[in-house]
Amino acid sequence: MANDHRVDGRGKTKLSKNLMQMKFMQRTQESNVQKELEAEQRRRIDETHWFLDLPEITVKESNFDVEPSFAVCEDLKFGRMSYKGMNPSIEKIMRSIEAEELEAISEQREREMTVSDEEMARRYSTLVGTITNKFTKKRNRTQALDEPQEKRVKKEFRKPPDE
Amino acid sequence: MAPPREETVESKSSENLRVLPGDDLSDVFISTRGSKFRLGPGLRQEGETVVACKCGILRKKEPNDVFWIDNHQKRYVPVKGETVLGIVVGKAGDVFKVDIGGSVPATLSYLAFEGATKRNRPNVAIGDVVFGRLLVANRDMEPELVCMDSAGRSGGLGIMSDGGFMFQCSLGLVRKMLSPKCTLVKQLGQVMPVELAAGMNGRIWLRGKTVSSTITAMNAISSAEFMTESEIRLMVHRLQDSVSGMWSGIS
Repeated sequence: MANDHRVDGRGKTKLSKNLMQMKFMQRTQESNVQKELEAEQRRRIDETHWFLDLPEITVKESNFDVEPSFAVCEDLKFGRMSYKGMNPSIEKIMRSIEAEELEAISEQREREMTVSDEEMARRYSTLVGTITNKFTKKRNRTQALDEPQEKRVKKEFRKPPDE
Repeated sequence: MAPPREETVESKSSENLRVLPGDDLSDVFISTRGSKFRLGPGLRQEGETVVACKCGILRKKEPNDVFWIDNHQKRYVPVKGETVLGIVVGKAGDVFKVDIGGSVPATLSYLAFEGATKRNRPNVAIGDVVFGRLLVANRDMEPELVCMDSAGRSGGLGIMSDGGFMFQCSLGLVRKMLSPKCTLVKQLGQVMPVELAAGMNGRIWLRGKTVSSTITAMNAISSAEFMTESEIRLMVHRLQDSVSGMWSGIS
């Protein structure tokens, strides 16, 4: 039996003809036949379709984006304004826009000032050894440095050997 | 042609180039090649080259290499996302026709107002001035306006009510007064209570406490088109003196 097992292209075991004819394999065989038929049909349809024998059109990646608005180019403000309490709701909107801008600026500044995640990771990785040092006792320190990764084996009951 | 606006001029000779329609600007881009560029109004990509299609001054913004042409212009060409002032000229079923100064009137759905539903229509009459944002603007379709943001709030857009006065000016003046470097409106606001809406289509709507203060503000804004920042400061200062004199004369 073992010799009859073959592996087809998809890594699926192919079973022998005799095995496939057995009663409990009938359903699988049916579905296989169905699949083959479908594939055949699809191939026939594909063949009847016409296609132009042209080289594929490749869209060249443009070096330019189009930005048609002056408002974006020149960073123009929102065109609705009110001063000295002429329209309180507009003044509220103005204040919120202004606050948003300030926040964006401060965020930008913060990004420049603080350490990036990568930098943090790099620095921290060099620190790891130093920090483990802090939590080990002085006596163990040299030992801990040599083999800090050693796992402690949990004590458990061992069956005594038979004699 | 308008003299160059000094506040926005960066002191680099390769930018601030004077260009005419049809000028090939590829060499400007080749000299700064490397990253992706963004072409603003007045620049057009023709195959591999970049050509100017307006006469004006080539401007550049550093952070993400945006180039555009700064020019004097009165005709508005609708651009998606810009805020404009329009006049309602008609009602056609579910939409209002709004004149925004473009080649065709824009449409404004009656549902595109804050709190509007099919049952609860907004109170818009023909002749009203609306401040809206262009949702659709391209060369093949008629532009579409909305008077609310994506969250459904008005955010300052809508009908300009309670009187006020709208006047037409050049597109450059609106850009100048909305530019972050220009303090004209802010200074004017320190002098007198005023409310305004400036549309990118070269229309400004103003409302002061009295008719005369509205006219004063209008004159100040329209005369500031070619002024430098220091000239504007001087003008507003003089205005302040006259306004306080006027008010003390009344009382």
